Amino acid sequence: MNTEKPNYNYDIVKLFTLATVFWGVVGMLAGVFIAAQMAFPSLNIEPYLNFGRLRPVHTSGVVFAFGGNALFATSYYIVQRTCGVRLWNDKLANFTFWGYQAFIIMAALGYVLGVTQSKEYAQPEWYADLWLTIVWVAYLLVYLVTCIKRKEPHLYVANWFFLAFIITVAVLHLGNNISLPVDIFGAKSYSAFAGVQSAMIQWWYGHNAVGFFLTAGFLGMMYYFIPKQAGRPIYSYRLSIIHFWSLIFIYIWAGPHHLHYTALPDWAQTLGMTFSIMLWMPSWGGMINGVMTLSGAWHKLREDPILQFMIVALAFYGMATFEGPLMSIRAVNSLSHYTDWTVGHVHAGALGWNGFITFGCLYYLVPKLWGRERMYSTKLISMHLWIATIGIVFYISAMWVSGIMQGLMWRSYDDMGFLEYSFVESVMAMKPFYIIRMLGGLLFLTGALIMVYNFWRTIRGDVNPKEQDLSAPNSTQGAAA
Amino acid sequence: MSWMNKHEKLERNSLLLLGFIIVTVLIGGIIEIVPLFRMETVIEPVEGVRPYTPLELAGQNIYVRENCASCHSQHIRPLRDEVVRYGHYSLAAESMYDHPFLWGSKRTGPDLARVGGKYSDEWHTAHMKEPRDLVPESIMPSYGFLLKKSAKLHDIKDHLKTLRRLGVPYNDEMIEWARKDAVAQAVGENRTDISGLQERYGDSVNARDFDGQPDMISEMDALVAYLQVLGTMVDFEAAKNVEGGAE
Repeated sequence: MNTEKPNYNYDIVKLFTLATVFWGVVGMLAGVFIAAQMAFPSLNIEPYLNFGRLRPVHTSGVVFAFGGNALFATSYYIVQRTCGVRLWNDKLANFTFWGYQAFIIMAALGYVLGVTQSKEYAQPEWYADLWLTIVWVAYLLVYLVTCIKRKEPHLYVANWFFLAFIITVAVLHLGNNISLPVDIFGAKSYSAFAGVQSAMIQWWYGHNAVGFFLTAGFLGMMYYFIPKQAGRPIYSYRLSIIHFWSLIFIYIWAGPHHLHYTALPDWAQTLGMTFSIMLWMPSWGGMINGVMTLSGAWHKLREDPILQFMIVALAFYGMATFEGPLMSIRAVNSLSHYTDWTVGHVHAGALGWNGFITFGCLYYLVPKLWGRERMYSTKLISMHLWIATIGIVFYISAMWVSGIMQGLMWRSYDDMGFLEYSFVESVMAMKPFYIIRMLGGLLFLTGALIMVYNFWRTIRGDVNPKEQDLSAPNSTQGAAA
Repeated sequence: MSWMNKHEKLERNSLLLLGFIIVTVLIGGIIEIVPLFRMETVIEPVEGVRPYTPLELAGQNIYVRENCASCHSQHIRPLRDEVVRYGHYSLAAESMYDHPFLWGSKRTGPDLARVGGKYSDEWHTAHMKEPRDLVPESIMPSYGFLLKKSAKLHDIKDHLKTLRRLGVPYNDEMIEWARKDAVAQAVGENRTDISGLQERYGDSVNARDFDGQPDMISEMDALVAYLQVLGTMVDFEAAKNVEGGAE
């Protein structure tokens, strides 16, 4: 091993880390607010703060702003550490940071002002899409050239996932956003595709935004930070290979399960369903590879809340990737589709998997990046973990009950063979669950705010006096940054 | 194992790895998407589906702008309860001029694929202004501001032109008359000559003052015009008779 430490570019990782935390709070706050709107409609303030305009602020805020910045931060950190070289081209790397933040602001402002394509997770209009394309190409270049210039003979598995994430998101983004602006100086454009084709392309994009943005990229984080935090090598190298290729091959096919019983041809629906069910296996392959990395180090799970965050994340990943194939079965989908069950499913993945693995990575990264020996308070990490977990349980159980109830109410008949419930009766029945969901979201946000406080104190260089003695034996390194 | 040694080649060559990834992820998408553009059976032709009138298109653009699709689907599945609740299941042809599709994925509110003609214009206007005046338990936001905003029609011609380039069959005359057609539809048959509009978009086109404000063409006019045409283009009763009453 080369003992000379490469001069890593940590500044860029720091920037993205701070942006992750900032947008995380913004996105979650928007989520709690729109959840409250669904229970208390008087909270809608027309036109700018109506639910329809704020929902994409929440979804883009948490997926692209929080998740996206987390992916940038961790991928830039991991690629340097596993390749043993400094990140290629500081200027271009800085451009990806400011360019990406500019995209987020462009998109969010657009939503509130009513500029949107109204395609789920692809709402930004053509000009923002073009801008994102430029930023993304820069990202690919920075990442790829760093990989090529590496000092290590092999490219570590985390990097495969990040590469697949970056290139596939580029393909999806370009494919789904082909559109024609009405006026080159105006915001409005029309999608090049209509009806059935538009639906298929949108869900090819939409489902793989989940598959590659929220799964492959985050698996990249998992493959680096879990072995690091556990101090053990990854459980199975062979499983990594099988899991990687099967995951990226199969995921792409799963989109049509969003379109069961629609005018999309049956053969496409059936393909979508079949591959969605097959997807269960590579998904669990990844989960097993992550969890089993703790073999021989299970005791660490008892004391280390950072590792707990990561393992609970994998548990939620396993749960969501079992529930997903289940919901993709046509018969189940006929009940679950259009209901809150879908919303609950997404949040099991987003809050449980994406949220928790990110929190785990951030707790690992922040002290390292700012040259602190440990987090300000381990107890607060633990508190964050439990408050957020309870929040998720509130959220997803409320949505299971309300979703299945909605589905059943809509298809319920009375003795005479008439529909038993009017639509609005199903809306009324949702109210208590919408309130529970909002409280769940509020708990999750509270956890995130505890994290913010903990980071702030850590970056300042504080250690909780009550936990002082715990760190004493290791405090030989000092806080030299 | 030998395949693992082969895999080593990919791990040592980032560009080769990237190439393999691209090929792997393209296969599924190509197989599922490309045939949809090649197969004539994807969209079975039905009588009656026409491009939106300029006013309806302006209304659809408001529907898009406000993300109505985040709470309302526009696709009735061929399931017994949905057909009873909403009407005939949706056909591919019925959204063939929607750029993009607005099928939605969530029913926080009811499906709107066939909402056209089910409620009066007054109902829609009052409901949009304050949903809870008509449905006390509704959780829909209010959209009263649509009554105060003029519909953006000055460039509607360019919108038709753009859509024509994407394959929507607007003819020269439709584009030429776009703005006037929009005005005629919102002013209504009682107060203006709508024969040109009918000639271009069919006799059944709804032409009236939708929002109850005769002195102004508001965004509410446009949106209600759009909602009132949803799901009404295909005459299923007539189709049934032709097929000899077969479902």
